[in-house]
Amino acid sequence: MPNNKIGGHYSQAYDEELQQAVMRLLQMAGLAQQQLSDALTAFTSADLALAKQVKAADRKVNNFEVDISEHCLDILARRQPAAGDLRLVLAVLKSINDVERIGDLAKRIGKVLLKEEPGNRPQQSQLDELAVMGQKALQMLQRALVAFEKIDADEALDVLREDRSIDDDYARIMQQSLTMMMHDARQISISLQVSHVAKALERVGDHARNICEHTIFLSKGRNVAHLSDAELQQVVDKKRD
Amino acid sequence: MSNSAPVKISATDVKVFYGDNQALHGINMDVYQNEVISFIGPSGCGKSTFLRCMNRMNDTIDQCRVNGSILLDGRDIHDPSLDVVQLRAQVGMVFQKPNPFPKSIYENIAYGPKLHGLAERKADLDDIVESSLRRAGLWNEVKDRLDQPGTGLSGGQQQRLCIARSIAVSPEVILMDEPCSALDPIATSIIEELIDELKQNFTIVIVTHNMQQAARVSDRTAFFHLGNLIEIGNTNDIFTNPQQKRTEDYITGRYG
Repeated sequence: MPNNKIGGHYSQAYDEELQQAVMRLLQMAGLAQQQLSDALTAFTSADLALAKQVKAADRKVNNFEVDISEHCLDILARRQPAAGDLRLVLAVLKSINDVERIGDLAKRIGKVLLKEEPGNRPQQSQLDELAVMGQKALQMLQRALVAFEKIDADEALDVLREDRSIDDDYARIMQQSLTMMMHDARQISISLQVSHVAKALERVGDHARNICEHTIFLSKGRNVAHLSDAELQQVVDKKRD
Repeated sequence: MSNSAPVKISATDVKVFYGDNQALHGINMDVYQNEVISFIGPSGCGKSTFLRCMNRMNDTIDQCRVNGSILLDGRDIHDPSLDVVQLRAQVGMVFQKPNPFPKSIYENIAYGPKLHGLAERKADLDDIVESSLRRAGLWNEVKDRLDQPGTGLSGGQQQRLCIARSIAVSPEVILMDEPCSALDPIATSIIEELIDELKQNFTIVIVTHNMQQAARVSDRTAFFHLGNLIEIGNTNDIFTNPQQKRTEDYITGRYG
């Protein structure tokens, strides 16, 4: 769906090039989302075949990253974009890094399953908690991408704040894993599996948050990395003259 | 350029009319000392007209009328007691097309200082010619042929000759009206490098259609549209995050 904030140049070809950059980012992100969703399913249901598939899918995501960065390089070299167009190209370049890392994290979750002895499985309650946390991360990522596509800073800020809930889940799951390890040394390898997956999901939340920051930069022209919540709100509320 | 620099030129409510046609609709702007400021905007937006107000070049156009005030170092340039020839020495100008006089390289530079009585002796004049050519980055290329016609130089050299000619009368401000539009990229780079050096000693106002040039050379950029000053700000801000939609549309090549 073409974004009318991107179009409107005298050169229609330029409009298309910028639209393409966003479309390909969203396609790439779609793949990474599927990869992450499959990785979660594979881990919670001990589906080894699916875990191998997740690993293989990573190459496609990586190829997208190379392809999109070359496309952006072409735009920079040939169009010398300015203002909002320049910020769009930079935001896409930054976001593909985050999406690529999400692909890596999905692969890592798959690997946790593949490396374990069969039968050495977390309890159902642990798997359920990871599944809930995973859904949150996936949903946050989905909303972050929609906000990017719409170049909607308000929405991005709203999504960005969800990261805290994922961080809380991570802290709780880590605490439980530690407690289990201390109580029963035989639980160590299982608890480590759980912590690895929880850590990966927590990182997915961070990358989704980064994508939200890129959207705010794109929309408002301010780099908002490392700002406090109150400062972020100020940036997002600031209207153009 | 920090706004704490002294104000060199202060324009208030400047309106320009060509007959019944109003070309500028009340421009307010301060130009700071030792800054490079670019004026950008589509053809007919008034940027060159405003530039030409700064040394009263519009006086030379019969139908042209200028209202409002322009102060140079706090003094009204329209003050009847002010000598326009002196003003144009203080506020020099370099044009789009290099326009050396049909005289020798030496004479091109020496003409202004002689007119303004800046050199008592030939040796003084020689010094002015050499230092002006050096500051314009042309000395090494022409020092052995100062007696040859200025029109025999390449386009880029001719433009630097014109810059040297304006420097020779010790101006404080140099106005440049698309100084590189007739030059190739290398000659353009040399002039841009020169602008960067000249700002140590002069205040430079440059009109350009080349937005990358404005982005490269200027501390601040002003965007004009239909005779109005739409936005003025630090060049970084104008090219990464302009505040006005019309500015954004112009610099990104959109129809507003």
